[in-house]
Amino acid sequence: MNHHQECVVLQGHIIDSLLLPKVLDLILMMGGTFDLEDVQIGKTREEPSRARIVIRATSKALLDDILKAIQPHGASVEDEADCHIGIAPNDGVLPDDFYATTHLPTQIRLKEQWIDVEGIEMDLAVRVDARQSAAHAIPMGEVRKGNHIVIGRDGVRVVPLQRPQERDVFGFMESQVSAERPHGHVIADIATRMRHLRAQQRQGRPQSKVLLAGGPAIIHAGGREALTWLIEQGFINMLFCGNALAAHDMEADLYGTSLGYGLTAGRTVRHGHEHHLRTINRIRAIGSIEAAVTSGVIKHGIMAASVRQGVPVVMAGTIRDDGPLPGVITDSVLAQQAMRAQIPRVGLALLVASTLHAVATGNLLPATVPTVCVDVNPSVPTKLADRGSFQAVGLVMDAASFLTEVARALGRTT
Amino acid sequence: MSRLLVCPPDFFGIEYEINPWMRLSNRVDRQQAVRQWHELMTVFEQDLHVSLERMTPVSGLPDLVFTANAGVVVEHTAVISHFRYAERQREEAYFERWFREHGYDVMTIERGLCFEGAGDLLGFPGVWFGGYRQRSDIRAFPILSERFHREIIPLELVDNRFYHLDTCFCPLSGGELLYFPSAFDAYGQAAITERIPSELCFAVPEAEALNFACNAVCIGKHVVLPARCSSTQAWLDDRDYTTHAVALDEFIKSGGAAKCLTLALD
Repeated sequence: MNHHQECVVLQGHIIDSLLLPKVLDLILMMGGTFDLEDVQIGKTREEPSRARIVIRATSKALLDDILKAIQPHGASVEDEADCHIGIAPNDGVLPDDFYATTHLPTQIRLKEQWIDVEGIEMDLAVRVDARQSAAHAIPMGEVRKGNHIVIGRDGVRVVPLQRPQERDVFGFMESQVSAERPHGHVIADIATRMRHLRAQQRQGRPQSKVLLAGGPAIIHAGGREALTWLIEQGFINMLFCGNALAAHDMEADLYGTSLGYGLTAGRTVRHGHEHHLRTINRIRAIGSIEAAVTSGVIKHGIMAASVRQGVPVVMAGTIRDDGPLPGVITDSVLAQQAMRAQIPRVGLALLVASTLHAVATGNLLPATVPTVCVDVNPSVPTKLADRGSFQAVGLVMDAASFLTEVARALGRTT
Repeated sequence: MSRLLVCPPDFFGIEYEINPWMRLSNRVDRQQAVRQWHELMTVFEQDLHVSLERMTPVSGLPDLVFTANAGVVVEHTAVISHFRYAERQREEAYFERWFREHGYDVMTIERGLCFEGAGDLLGFPGVWFGGYRQRSDIRAFPILSERFHREIIPLELVDNRFYHLDTCFCPLSGGELLYFPSAFDAYGQAAITERIPSELCFAVPEAEALNFACNAVCIGKHVVLPARCSSTQAWLDDRDYTTHAVALDEFIKSGGAAKCLTLALD
């Protein structure tokens, strides 16, 4: 990504003189890119025009060369100021007028230098370290009294996403949601990404893990086998879910049911509604899901594959949970922290059949992470987009079909 | 009656090199220069019936003779030049004093911005053109445009032999244009032809451009231009202009000719 950028202003009679195209051509010819912002065209011949141009380059040296080349043509670097800092008045309290982040790459200007804000995520604040040399996005609850927090909008800039080089479904970065759109090419593109990320991960590259955040409908709908296979094959490397997905996955292993329905017979089983409670109780007795797998009580399924593959599983509890299972984090702030800790390693996020976990995960993901939201209900991907995760590709389809098709595209034969 | 500001060449000479024409070794024949200048003035006064305002020459300011660079006059306002080179910056105070003494409202462009007057700002009634990059700073033009409510189309000068716009671009009273296209880049050439129909443009051949054919003064249907520009002269004759060719070789040694030696006051 071109992180070196500068905003310049070109004004005067820049249209008929062809100065604007000349300056834009110069930027491109030198290897930079630009975004044209706020172009105001004079309404009469006498009235001047004005254009704000954001110039981006792959290095500081190239950016400086471009600025040097366009300045004789009247392009002036826009007046810039350092960001303003306020002091957090108390633990967990931000100063008034704190800057609220987007999930796009963000920079702040400190001592006349633009620096990247680390750990960007939407709806956080920006904390500046005591030496004023680094900045980090921080949730409200983690602020400590006396922290230096960016306030106002001066000296803050957000870098729009560059169109990725891959010409796949993620390249469009748009979350049009429609049940009518064909899914085949979207699933093919997702599978290609997953194959590529697995190869990268095996080379130890950062940000190459595939995260799946999912709900229990995966089990009910019959996606358990496909997801298990994807985990076993190393295509999915991180799991965010709640109590239910884990409980029904293990219920299926112990009883062959999911919430009491026989997964193969397709009908309710006598006293089947008790199965998930008995499953939770069994695991609680053993002490942990990991122990249940290593001791051989739980042999197959998503949890078993995750334990065997060393896939981190973050289980966030909700108010309606039974049990819950050992390992479920019942403090939602702690659950959010545990999820956030995993995010920097994610290279692709699949949010499948869960409004709760999809929105929670979407809030934590920077816009730079390709994201897919799959649900039979179109309102889920729509809700995700409405809440700002515009980069998510929405797929209106059944969770089991999605996972089965992805697995098939990746070589699963059964 | 048109009025022109001129400055007798009593102290004209080449005392420094600030353009590719100037060579200290290429000495000016002062007497010849004085003769050529007086001949030019005679043409203006007797043939064109122009009124001349003569500045007092100043010893040590050899280029004060090129009054086109004093500034630019728009009605009662004189915008005083700020020269790029220190050698000519010393002229600024003399030009400013002359304008003040003659009742003009004097305007200066903000410090740090170079603007070399009518040498780099020329035009037609409907549109002005501003030459930049060699001497004037492009940022001067939006300021002038706002002040005078005129469209000013900036044109980059890409050949340092044509270091002022008036060395390669000459608007005529009938809407025609003499210009040397190679002095501009493709964007500039396109901007010019976009505004001036091709049948009104004369692309001066290089040999005549180097004889300063474009450094001509057009007053009504008269055009005063340097000698040895026969095809330019023929083109003008065809369009019913009365041409007056004047030998100005001594001034061309310094990079100026008829236009550079005058500044339109009205």
